[in-house]
Amino acid sequence: MLLLQIDTALIIEKGLLITAILLGSLGIAMYATWGERKVAAIMQDRIGPNRAGPFGLLQPLADGLKLFFKEEIIPDRSTRLIFILGPSLAMLTATMTSAVIPWAPDYTTDSGHVFSFQVADINIGILFIFGVVSLGVYGVMLGGWASNNKFSLLSSIRAASQAISYELAMGISLIALLMMTESLSLRDIVQQQHGFWADNYFTWNFFKQPLGFIIFLTCAFAELNRAPFDLPECESELNMGYHQEYSSMKLGFYLFAEYVNLFISSVLVSTLYFGGYNFPFMDQVAANVHPMLYSIICLMVLMTKAVMVILFIMAVRWTLPRFRYDQLMKLGWKSLIPLALVNMLITGGVILWAINK
Amino acid sequence: MELYDILFWVLSAIAVSCALGVILSRNPVNSVLFLILTFFAISGHYVLMNAQFLAIVNIIVYAGAIMVLFLFVIMLMNLNADVEPQKGQLVQLAGVISGGILFLVVLASIKTAKAEIMDKTSTDIGLISNLGKVLFKEYVLPFEISSVLFLSAMIGAIVIGKKEEVKTSATAKMEHVSE
Repeated sequence: MLLLQIDTALIIEKGLLITAILLGSLGIAMYATWGERKVAAIMQDRIGPNRAGPFGLLQPLADGLKLFFKEEIIPDRSTRLIFILGPSLAMLTATMTSAVIPWAPDYTTDSGHVFSFQVADINIGILFIFGVVSLGVYGVMLGGWASNNKFSLLSSIRAASQAISYELAMGISLIALLMMTESLSLRDIVQQQHGFWADNYFTWNFFKQPLGFIIFLTCAFAELNRAPFDLPECESELNMGYHQEYSSMKLGFYLFAEYVNLFISSVLVSTLYFGGYNFPFMDQVAANVHPMLYSIICLMVLMTKAVMVILFIMAVRWTLPRFRYDQLMKLGWKSLIPLALVNMLITGGVILWAINK
Repeated sequence: MELYDILFWVLSAIAVSCALGVILSRNPVNSVLFLILTFFAISGHYVLMNAQFLAIVNIIVYAGAIMVLFLFVIMLMNLNADVEPQKGQLVQLAGVISGGILFLVVLASIKTAKAEIMDKTSTDIGLISNLGKVLFKEYVLPFEISSVLFLSAMIGAIVIGKKEEVKTSATAKMEHVSE
């Protein structure tokens, strides 16, 4: 009797890809912490980490080791299981989003086997990301509540209301983009942005949806809890925020999940608005190099774009002051949502009267 | 047994046991967490039926938004087993009787229902393009009417939630100044 009919080769292939993506995003997130400190140091005319290794490059390893070996304290009056669940959920949701991102074009081997650089090409890719983002708030909420500390609770409630408010504007700004692309699959969206210039206009969505991009980026800042929207960690009002009671690697997971999220959303912004792995003159490059090399070049292009977005987000953090809470809510509900709605209407009108005449 | 059947039974087991967890756990926060797990299991069933859009919308709307608000309220009320209100015996009896009647009705309807097995390969009604066409062509009127219903519910919530004090304190200040 045949018990299971599973394509073993497919599972091994996807397993390798998932492992590579996971390790890659963890590694980049690790060096994002180093990058953040260097960016801050440069912007404030300091030197930054320079003790561990050349240019302080071993600093993230030292930090990780320190967090691992610290004493782990679970508060007596906390809800133990949920207290442990909090950082695990934060880490889980941070790493889940990468499943639907196309990292490079398909690579066809000489024997005709197609190797896809995307874990799952589901036809609702964007909605999947949206679902995972909306679950991301549970890590913060449960951790803050289970700590049994009023500052943590206040902070987790702030985080939840902020996330819910900005998800709306984010969703509406994405609807305008989806009306242009007519597909929810990230692979289709990237393939439509092929090259750089076609039919007398740019192919990248940034040039088709500039307002939508600004709204999306602002909401991404808020969803990431990054400055100027880092109110859940606002130390002047809430001490440390939702991870006040956390120590050792549990704290490390919360902080680390934030940087994984930072990396994944930078990749997502590049994919949705800056053409993903596409670059100018890619057809000429594809005709002249080995297909494997071409895939690697495409991957490098995507990574370069993502690093640029990360650097921009970091520069914003060290430039702008933090919002007040009422200002945050006012910006979300009274500016961004109406703007996103207007953007959607304009996009619909243009599609109706100018493109599909 | 194919992979499909294995997944179906595993998901069903998760859904049923988590649904039991919702009503059996003493702590309301645990109940909410079990409910979220139940939604995930049901979304898994949608994926098995090739209705990916329904699956993900179920997660976004229920697990991602509505359950967050539930959790919000429960966290702020700080409910736990110690402060659980003790109901009188009459109320408990009434609860048992009404629950039992509901159970009878459900049992009767399940007993007479024909167990139709879904064709699991050819159905693609849950994919977003098909769903959109059906919703905006055949069912456009009920769709629009229900959206008006949602709008009126939202406006109603805002009207109820609006504070009167803002106005009164402003007028009080005015009176104070004029005095």
